[in-house]
Amino acid sequence: MSKHRIELRAAPHQHSGHSVPTIMRNVVYSMLPICGFSVWQYGLSALVLLLTVTATCLATERLLNRNANTLGDWSAAITGILLGLTLPPAFPLWMGIVASFVAIAIGKAMFGGLGHNPFNPALIGRAFVQAAFPVAITTWVPAFSANRFSEFVPTTFTAPLMIPPDIVGWVKQQGVDAFTGATPLARWKFENVTASAHDLLTGAVTASAGETSALLILACGAYLALRKFMDWRIPVAVLGTAALTAWAFQLYDPAHYPAPLFVLLSGGLMIGAIYMATDMATSPVTPVGVWLYGGIIGVMTVIIRYFGGLTEGVMYAILLGNALTPLIDRYTQPRVYGTAKDKP
Amino acid sequence: MRPPFFNRTPTFEHGIHPRYHKETGHLPIKRFPFAPKLYVSLEQHIGKPAIAIVQVGQEVLRGEIIAKADGLFSLPIHAPATGIIEALEPMPSDNGEMEMCIVIRVHEADTQEVQVRYPHDLENLRGRELALVMQEIGVAGKGGATFPTHAKLIPPNGCTIDTIIVNGVECEPYLTCDHRLMLERAHDVMVGIHYARRVCGAPRAIIAVEDNKLDAVAALEAALPTDGSVSVKVVATKYPQGAAETLIKALLGREVPAGKRSSAVGVVMNNVMTLAYVGRLLPLGEGMTERVLTIAGPSVERPGNYIVPIGTPLRFLLEYAGARGTANEIILGGPMMGTTIPSVDVPITKGVCGVLVFGNKEAETAQIYPCIHCGECVNVCPKKLNPTQLGLLAAKREYDVMAESFLLGECFECGCCSYVCPSHIPLVQQFRVAKYFLKHREKVT
Repeated sequence: MSKHRIELRAAPHQHSGHSVPTIMRNVVYSMLPICGFSVWQYGLSALVLLLTVTATCLATERLLNRNANTLGDWSAAITGILLGLTLPPAFPLWMGIVASFVAIAIGKAMFGGLGHNPFNPALIGRAFVQAAFPVAITTWVPAFSANRFSEFVPTTFTAPLMIPPDIVGWVKQQGVDAFTGATPLARWKFENVTASAHDLLTGAVTASAGETSALLILACGAYLALRKFMDWRIPVAVLGTAALTAWAFQLYDPAHYPAPLFVLLSGGLMIGAIYMATDMATSPVTPVGVWLYGGIIGVMTVIIRYFGGLTEGVMYAILLGNALTPLIDRYTQPRVYGTAKDKP
Repeated sequence: MRPPFFNRTPTFEHGIHPRYHKETGHLPIKRFPFAPKLYVSLEQHIGKPAIAIVQVGQEVLRGEIIAKADGLFSLPIHAPATGIIEALEPMPSDNGEMEMCIVIRVHEADTQEVQVRYPHDLENLRGRELALVMQEIGVAGKGGATFPTHAKLIPPNGCTIDTIIVNGVECEPYLTCDHRLMLERAHDVMVGIHYARRVCGAPRAIIAVEDNKLDAVAALEAALPTDGSVSVKVVATKYPQGAAETLIKALLGREVPAGKRSSAVGVVMNNVMTLAYVGRLLPLGEGMTERVLTIAGPSVERPGNYIVPIGTPLRFLLEYAGARGTANEIILGGPMMGTTIPSVDVPITKGVCGVLVFGNKEAETAQIYPCIHCGECVNVCPKKLNPTQLGLLAAKREYDVMAESFLLGECFECGCCSYVCPSHIPLVQQFRVAKYFLKHREKVT
């Protein structure tokens, strides 16, 4: 005995075994099917965009953390993949690189890296390119075009700092019938046409690379929630309140407002509710706060969609929720055992 | 409160389900040999240390008082073996400080029967008088807190005790000594409850046992007195079910007000082993000279439940139980709240309920990441504190804010938050540091 070293450690001497890299790695794994589906749907352009964006995020993370290798926590990979999934499949690569750099450098590293970012980094990157390149980020391409595995969309390889070429002519050559170049939400907003729930569930619509199949995203989210790598209360709160709000509007004016199911399944709400609103660093920790936060995002999404200038409101709704998180946490402190009232 | 169709096993909100490792639960209690020298600490209980009344070179008999209590909130200490007082010297203790010990060189040839007893006629004694007799047997809380039992049983001024809760929950992983004791000495438990009720005047007693020890429940139920004043209640297996606050909430639905003791809600809680020893020793007037404890862990060859003489040095205990070469962490108590010891010269005291020997793998240090605000700690804290916020404040050394706005003082250091933290932040340790700072501000700054 005596020749052995004994160590002094602080209790507890057992641990659940969960670690930050385990959680983050599983989030990455759960997103792979969504990536696969979007590549199958949009072909080479989507693949190259996803790879470029993720690689840029990883490179930026490494560059800005020269003293410590922070790639091992897998959080930069999540940001990269999420960002790639929210961009249109034909987004010019150089713009994707800009978005990735902004996401990691300004969205995360500037605040102190993992756990210190007040906003979801992927959404910061996307918000930046939404403001900087409003045309490119709303240029959509048809899904399942015949040549998607043999040729790139012309916009993909736009030279840096150049405006991407017009692709109307290229889309016509693809022989896709009735392609309007508009997302289901835009078609509802400007033409009052709603897509069928079947198309929205299976992804037979025009959208960002990873927003198309609501069903697939739900399944991947369910995996994460079951393995307890994600707080299930947030997506439930977001989707629930969004559906309730949409239902209330529809009751008020059924001719003008769409069914709650359309609101739930269209646009980025599903991926936003499951993968972005649940970002741990930017969501509340208190039990009441979690529901409140999800509720605010759900309501705001619908309000921005119905009354804002943009067709899609999930991104800004989540960023707003992120901004409110510290305040929510502060005013929803749990009642401590044995005390009569909530402590602010 | 709850409709009958939702009637589940009583428990509390939050908490965790650690890996229990109760492999020693089926091993009967065995007697441990005497070490050549016993190191009997004078500070085996909370309160004032005992005062040594023996001289170096004096011969003492097993059971004889060798140190007397210093006032009501203190306990006497009895010689755990017949032998010669060799020295009075400071020895290392589990809290890292040196504590004065009486060193006894054990007579090897002696049979080590208890030679000296201090019997009283207990028939007409009640309340405070009975408590003073109980003080003479030197029993301190066996769950680890080492509160002098007689003092705990005297109701504070203005409080009426309506229930004694006998804590047989044993929610800490690895530990099974309470389990074995309930199985093998259920009668002692009932006698202990009888005397405890006579001190505090409680009309009823509830024995709480987790639902992973149903054999112990059966053994206790077979020994229950016929008047129905004592009952056995099964509670859900969850950590920290055995803490006073969570157990009172689970059994009675009462919350102990912040900063108060359980007597404020009419409850006295005693560990089941504490009362078993009261029931065994008090009628005989015999002193506390040994205790049952669990020796377990992956790096020990002969784990089990042993009756170990008070003052046995860990070095002897580990040699006898067979600590493997991989052993590098020795814990007194359970793995969730126990302390690692700085030296194998630390002796066993009245409050040690387990000795765990962990090897390399268990003691591995994980990389600490920044807090990612996952909120898991908030979801498990049995006191519904906000460990996330407390941890962030601790990192900034905002100790006053922690105490005033986030009720740091309510934390009883169960370790759930550290257990679940995916960033491996030593939250509980940070809280201990903060509490220590606030308590000893002048000394630290």
